[in-house]
Amino acid sequence: MLYQAIVFLPLLGALIAGLGGRKIGEKPSMAITTGLLMVSAILSWVAFSKVALGGHTEEIELFRFMDVGGFKANWALKIDTLTAVMLVVVNTVSALVHLYSWGYMDEDPHKPRFFAYLSLFTFAMLMLVTANNFIQMFFGWEGVGLASYLLIGFWYKKPSANAAAIKAFVTNRVGDVGLALGVMTIFLVFGSVNFDTVFSAVHDNQDRILSFLGMEFNAIELIAFLLFVGAMGKSAQFILHVWLPDAMEGPTPVSALIHAATMVTAGVFLVCRAYPIYEAAPVTSGFITVLGAFTAFFAATVGLVQNDIKRVIAYSTCSQLGYMFFAAGIGAYNAAMFHLFTHAFFKALLFLGAGSVIHALHHEQDMRKMGGIWKVVPVTYIVMIIGTLAITGVGIPGTGNIGFAGFASKDLIIESAYDAAHGGSAAGAFAFWAGIVAALMTSFYSWRLIFMTFHGKHRGEKKVLDHAHESPLTMLIPLGVLAFGALFAGMFFYKKFAYGVNDFWGHALPMQHAQIAADNLYAAAGTTMSDEAAGHHSYPAWVLWAPFIVSALGFVIAWFTYMYKNGVEKRVNAEGGPLYNFLLNKWYIDELYDATIVRATRWLGDVFWKVGDIGIIDRFGPNGVAAAAMSIGKRLSKIQSGYLYHYAFIMLIGVAAIIALVMRTVGG
Amino acid sequence: MPNLYLVIPEILLAVSASLLLGFGVSKTKNRAPIVRLIAIAVLVLYSVLSFLLGSQDGEAFKGALIIDGYARYVKFFIGMAAAAGLLLAGDYLEREKLDKYEFSVLTLYAVLGMSIMVSANNLLALYIGVEMQALALYVMAAFNRDSLRASEAGLKYFVLGALSSGLLLYGISLIYGFTGTLNFEAVATSIQSNGLSAGVVAGMVFLLCGLGFKISAAPFHMWTPDVYEGSPTPVTGFFAGAPKFAAIALIARLVMGPFGDITDQWQQVIIVLAVMSMFIGAIGALRQTNIKRLMAYSSIANMGYALVPLAAGTVSGLRGMLIFMTIYLITVIGVFACILQMRIRDGMVERISDLSGISKTNRGMAIAMTAFMLSLMGIPPLLGFFGKLFAFYPAVQSGLTWLVVLALIASVIGAFYYLRVIKTMWFDESEHEFINPVRALSWTSAISALLLIGFVMIPFVARTGQDWISIAATSLF
Repeated sequence: MLYQAIVFLPLLGALIAGLGGRKIGEKPSMAITTGLLMVSAILSWVAFSKVALGGHTEEIELFRFMDVGGFKANWALKIDTLTAVMLVVVNTVSALVHLYSWGYMDEDPHKPRFFAYLSLFTFAMLMLVTANNFIQMFFGWEGVGLASYLLIGFWYKKPSANAAAIKAFVTNRVGDVGLALGVMTIFLVFGSVNFDTVFSAVHDNQDRILSFLGMEFNAIELIAFLLFVGAMGKSAQFILHVWLPDAMEGPTPVSALIHAATMVTAGVFLVCRAYPIYEAAPVTSGFITVLGAFTAFFAATVGLVQNDIKRVIAYSTCSQLGYMFFAAGIGAYNAAMFHLFTHAFFKALLFLGAGSVIHALHHEQDMRKMGGIWKVVPVTYIVMIIGTLAITGVGIPGTGNIGFAGFASKDLIIESAYDAAHGGSAAGAFAFWAGIVAALMTSFYSWRLIFMTFHGKHRGEKKVLDHAHESPLTMLIPLGVLAFGALFAGMFFYKKFAYGVNDFWGHALPMQHAQIAADNLYAAAGTTMSDEAAGHHSYPAWVLWAPFIVSALGFVIAWFTYMYKNGVEKRVNAEGGPLYNFLLNKWYIDELYDATIVRATRWLGDVFWKVGDIGIIDRFGPNGVAAAAMSIGKRLSKIQSGYLYHYAFIMLIGVAAIIALVMRTVGG
Repeated sequence: MPNLYLVIPEILLAVSASLLLGFGVSKTKNRAPIVRLIAIAVLVLYSVLSFLLGSQDGEAFKGALIIDGYARYVKFFIGMAAAAGLLLAGDYLEREKLDKYEFSVLTLYAVLGMSIMVSANNLLALYIGVEMQALALYVMAAFNRDSLRASEAGLKYFVLGALSSGLLLYGISLIYGFTGTLNFEAVATSIQSNGLSAGVVAGMVFLLCGLGFKISAAPFHMWTPDVYEGSPTPVTGFFAGAPKFAAIALIARLVMGPFGDITDQWQQVIIVLAVMSMFIGAIGALRQTNIKRLMAYSSIANMGYALVPLAAGTVSGLRGMLIFMTIYLITVIGVFACILQMRIRDGMVERISDLSGISKTNRGMAIAMTAFMLSLMGIPPLLGFFGKLFAFYPAVQSGLTWLVVLALIASVIGAFYYLRVIKTMWFDESEHEFINPVRALSWTSAISALLLIGFVMIPFVARTGQDWISIAATSLF
């Protein structure tokens, strides 16, 4: 019952608050949803210790979902370490966000609806991560998409929020088509959608060729690619990333929960879950590596110049997701999951911290109008510093785990990329260097955020500063818990995630890769993990130090730019060069889409609507027929003159005509 | 006289009608209400008797009349429909100062005529039956003799009816001339042995055209809108139901019996009548503003649909026709029970726009009327859908798919005006409120509406009713 409770308590909360919110009132619905999620979160940690630390994997079939011919899909809970990690991440962050929303959404009149959506989202996300087949996962996948849409557009009176919600939904649709096609292809190739069945059959179908439209595809590569298209949409990878920054129109707790910690990582989870497919699809994995690395780089460049505090963090999320993907692409699935795990803590922390700042400054989000508020909101300031230290990956190089959460996981990824590069993978080399450069920029924009927000002189209206205040306890407690996570999650779990100590991963993820990385690391540190590993080469010291150095460099540059001699004022007022504008406008990707896809679609829609629908179908179809019927009706009523002799005449004509018709066949 | 036993229902009608005619005459008292009550009782008794008595089949009056499962089934519904018609008429007649006892007597005579039509086994019996019901109906159409419109309607009906009788008689004489017999079976045998002759075919066409007038099948429908509009509303309601059933039953008996061997010929006539009726009924109704005229066109169209399964010429076709007509009868009674409720302080109103917004003022009636309209359109949960299903399916089975396609197109066109009535009731602004109807009207419309809800009737339609209909249909073969 443990797992059932974890999954279904949020649904229960969502139903109660969503359907009965008006009846039972605001406070009870908030208390119920939050309470149930707290329980669910605590149980998740119990489950985590049982599964990941104790090694008890389980598969529970709840009931049958579909059973048509050979097509079987059950509602089931597949509990292994991968799921357990996700359960912990999702439920912990969700519970904290629920609590945080008590304070943040205090003035909102629609609180029951908000909490119901949050819980509904959590349930869908849990469905996604506990699935034992692709159909249930797809259900969860669509469920989180729906909840995301509802929450981005939560302030539905704001046109920009509605536009952002639709943009998120539509962009995700593009990805979801890929995912759906991928699932269909899986069924086509394997005749099953069950994870275990499919993954165990991957090896036998390695050389299977599918021909489509005269082109031939390797079945596994095609499946891997299509699934990844879905992951790109959900996890905001380059090309399909455009919705994520706009999604910041939603309330900040939503950004923290959905657009930082959980939903956007679903793509990473998908790739890790389906690792047997990706292991067998080297081309797609290479593509993932390159695309992930590029996203990490691209999003970081855009993050450098954004002025909206939430957008900076949004691009940072996008960039960090890129890290996770290239880790998965080079086969370091455990590193990807580790980063997902730590990232959930520090990114949720940054978002909620930003929310706290926004809350304090009466919904001011523009960093140009902030500054100098660290004394007003000291707790927020401290946790934001912790979050920034975590994301910039501060730690002691070479030790592996002594440092903030981001240090442990990000360095693991970069080292894995170095391994891949060393193994001759060009994609790996690209990923390694992109990762280093992105780390530099991450450090820069993260510190820029801190400096612009908390330091210097206040640049907004004085009235706002006077009214500014530290957030209530309901908001500070989640911040504290997350700060704790950002501080220690890396240290506690490094060995488990990175090397699978004590068989942490079980069979959920492959460990060959981690083994090499671990050996290298130990070699670098002058020790060995085991005697057999002694023959391996070690990481050069510069590889281990590079992330730390660039991170420090980023801090220094940011300090000189924004702190040294009232830097912020100068920057805010300065005209930007072409490169600055290019970055500020997000590489003009939105404009490009607008000019090509949006306009073209609209034009096509116009053609279908005005020419096809109105001009042809309506004109000759419904409208034409209706007009014809009406005009005949008019003529008929003219014949219906009321004169007897007209009637008699028509009767006789009728008889004559019928006689003529029938007699024709008699031939007499 | 052992076989007089078979015609006890008809004897009951004839005797009680004559007796009531005498009983009604009274200088001091208005005996109309009591006569009406007795007449209703007689009609119900007639229905029950004709249904129960005839468990044994046979012929009466030397083969002039035939009593079989088919006749029994149709008579039962004719009697019931007439009883319901009289029940509905009471309030109207009283309020319009038309409450004369002759109305009930005429109804009884009309039903007697129909009864003879349904049981006719001989061309003369057929003619007597047709004329008997027609004469009674002519008078009923003009019953409101102070009204110009009603008189005109009666006169039109009479003149055109006389024309149709002429066609009928001419057909009968042709058939008699070419076969030398009036008896249906003998005609059939003669056609079988002598083969196809132009005279018989011509006679058959005249006969069917004459009867086509009675079911107001196009192109013999011209009287319908005018007479429906001009006649007193209860009379219109009566016209729309029982006589149509009797006439189409007679047509079915004719084409299955005496003309059973010249299917190719009569099928053409039926198809022509069906197609024209469906389309003229559907399209003609589009521009009507008077609800009674609308129902006139609706009945034209529905007769067209009823002819579709008949054209198949099979047992299942006949079954389909009977099912369709039964459901149609129930619907029509309900619709007219509703129309009779359209009474404001100043009197009856008949425009469709008078129904505006009654969903707010007379919700019960609006719901019932909506159910009738949806049923006439053939929307699934309601019986109208099953009526059309059973009517059209046999035609498809017999290879008349194109005819069914045409019928469906006509149904789609027809849906427009049924929907418009619904739209008027639910979405337009209310103009005035109808006064509270008497219980007989509201109950009748409610019961009809309930009967139309598919799942109430499905057990009946599926089992017992299906058995009755099957027995009725097979008795003609």
